Amino acid sequence: MLTVPMDTEKVARCRKLAGAVADDVQTYIDSHTSVGVERTILRAFGADGVDDQGAPLVNLVVDRYAAAGLLGRGISFFLGRAILAGAADIQDAAERLAYGPELDKGESGPDAEAARQALVPFTKQALDRIDGARAERESNKTRTKPGASPLKYVIVATGNIYDDALQAKAAAYAGADVVAVIRTTAQSLLDYVPHGATTEGYGGTFATQENFKIIRRATDEAATEYGRYIHQTNYSSGLCMSEIAWMGAVERLDMLLNDAMYGILFRDINPCRNFVDQYVARRLIARAGIVINTGEDNYLTTADAVDKAHTVLASQFINESFAKRAGVKDEQMGLGHAYEIDPSIENSFLLELAQAQLIRQVFPVHPIKWMPPTKFKTGDIFQSHVHDAMFSLVGVATHQSIELLGMFSEAVHNPMLMDRYLSLKATKYVFNAAKSLGEEFAIRPDGLMAKRAVQVLDEALTLLEEVERESIWKAIERGAFADVKRTRTGGKGFKGVFERSKDYLNPVLTALETT
Amino acid sequence: MESKKAPSRALRAYGDRQNDGMIQLSFVLEIAPSARAKEAARQFAELHGVQEALVTTMESCAEGYTYFVVYGHSQHAIDAASIDVPEVRTEALSREEIEQRVKSRLGRKIVVVGACTGSDAHTVGIDAILNYKGYAGDKGLESYKAFESYNLGAQVENDQLAERAQALKADVILVSQIITQRNCHKENALALVELAKKQGWRDQVAMLLGGPRIDHKLALELGFDAGFGTGTKPSDVASFVVEWMCGNRESAGVAIAAAAGAGEPKAP
Repeated sequence: MLTVPMDTEKVARCRKLAGAVADDVQTYIDSHTSVGVERTILRAFGADGVDDQGAPLVNLVVDRYAAAGLLGRGISFFLGRAILAGAADIQDAAERLAYGPELDKGESGPDAEAARQALVPFTKQALDRIDGARAERESNKTRTKPGASPLKYVIVATGNIYDDALQAKAAAYAGADVVAVIRTTAQSLLDYVPHGATTEGYGGTFATQENFKIIRRATDEAATEYGRYIHQTNYSSGLCMSEIAWMGAVERLDMLLNDAMYGILFRDINPCRNFVDQYVARRLIARAGIVINTGEDNYLTTADAVDKAHTVLASQFINESFAKRAGVKDEQMGLGHAYEIDPSIENSFLLELAQAQLIRQVFPVHPIKWMPPTKFKTGDIFQSHVHDAMFSLVGVATHQSIELLGMFSEAVHNPMLMDRYLSLKATKYVFNAAKSLGEEFAIRPDGLMAKRAVQVLDEALTLLEEVERESIWKAIERGAFADVKRTRTGGKGFKGVFERSKDYLNPVLTALETT
Repeated sequence: MESKKAPSRALRAYGDRQNDGMIQLSFVLEIAPSARAKEAARQFAELHGVQEALVTTMESCAEGYTYFVVYGHSQHAIDAASIDVPEVRTEALSREEIEQRVKSRLGRKIVVVGACTGSDAHTVGIDAILNYKGYAGDKGLESYKAFESYNLGAQVENDQLAERAQALKADVILVSQIITQRNCHKENALALVELAKKQGWRDQVAMLLGGPRIDHKLALELGFDAGFGTGTKPSDVASFVVEWMCGNRESAGVAIAAAAGAGEPKAP
């Protein structure tokens, strides 16, 4: 049985430090809301649609109340009052808030408790909708069972949702277990979610609720045809992190890319906005039974994978702590890591194996996600194919849960039909040929791999001690992760963050937190 | 780059023996595997100049789609001496070269200020170049130690941009213009150059213009130092800036012209 030495006391210490880091941020989260959060709640209640310019109704409502400085009371407060004032239903109430000639300043009339009472049946409907989608997914998974782990995860990215659906089915036919539709470049910076089916995108396809439905239909059909459950994945990140989480929840997505810090570091999203939105996104994800995929692999595409391996582990502890505080179960945490060490380094394969095994042991029940080589890929597709095979060998030997397959054309273009087919074929070969490798071999307790595992955990512990001492805000400010520096009030979306008033009303979030 | 011309000689693909022309192809056809499909693949290869084509693999890779591998003798030959290759004097610098040059030759960070100016709300281009994440696997200027970059975002007026650039002591100004009507992108860009001249700092900064309707020639005409069109990667911009700041300004321009002509245009 493969095992690397792992000091359980040090692991417990890392968890405790990461917990303290998350607690510090949680007090900020619990006293703030954002335009993204409030839009999400409107959607959860059932408000939908766009105006003649394509602006979503939820944006019109929230922007209006934000501009008036009233968002700190929670959009639910105004929605409840609109119901009490005679709105026929949630849609009518939201339209009144968006288009009514008089803005409700909330000065007199029903208080927050009365508004909450008025929303009781709608709050129940909002929760029922999420629970219903979860039940349907679970029943589908009983009917057609998922494949064995590591689950084989591939990406489609045509820009046209109908082509994506075709490619998703083709991937399932060739053996994929998980299909992700990559998003169009920079969608994470849009402060609204586009509406309807889309057929144009740059380097990917827009995430919209309708597009989620189209891919769900295709993957459900594929599951029935090929007798294997096909998982659907998209991206809950950026300025609409929580809205997309809700869409994923009700459209039965199985996984969502969702990271506690990725947006801050790699997209220059404001840290406050990111943490507030992330929390609500994860509350929805927890309820919906979705598996998150975190983005630590990204650290290694810029920083060195040998020197900075411990930042991955430290970040995984932090991601875990934030997820725990949002009610996400260990079984839903697809913590990410990657095979990104320079292949010209002697024994690079052994270093990769040691790290992958360490992560497996530190997070034993978490569906950890193993990401392929990208940084050292070149246009030599033949060499690239071999590189990927070595990656898959580590994946199966160390019992990774989800493996994003490497593509031989990684450095050339977005994967084509043939690229995915050959990658799946090779991966099936490696997984099958080396199925019990992890059970048949032991790692020398005094060898290179054992020493490496000890070193990485030690360094992660040291980094977490520093981060805990100075707080995550300061750590991010000085570039502790991925060498990127971000200030607390800098970045995109800070203007959309509001302090909650004393009588802040958000019955959907309250229900997610308490039931 | 060879300095001397190679002697005239017909080159064929080399497999195991000179002039055997051996090559391999792999491709997908929208047809289910069958004897007919195999023959179709063979003839398809022949149409590409492959003689005695041997279909070595025929596998269903999706419903109604087949993956083929074909070996055969390419009948084509090429005379390397007869082709005209434009001299590329500079190629995109590697990340290490960029960091190294700036460190050793300049000894400080290069300050880059970027914005979408005027009414343009589309930050896709400027974000792809400046943001850490970058574009198509190519990390943005933020990811380099050599640059201190400021992304001012969308709908920045020219005078605002000028003011910020002055305050930040910018070495480089990056202007992105994506959406345009009736050539307003040109007018806007031109107005910024005029403003810089009027305020007397035009020659103290490098001014770069980017966008789907921009090319190097147009940018020069508008009074900018360089123009970047669709498909530009952050490393292209980084290389230019480094050449400009601590290399040879002439070759910086030539590099862009070469980069613009090379490769397929890609999405921003």
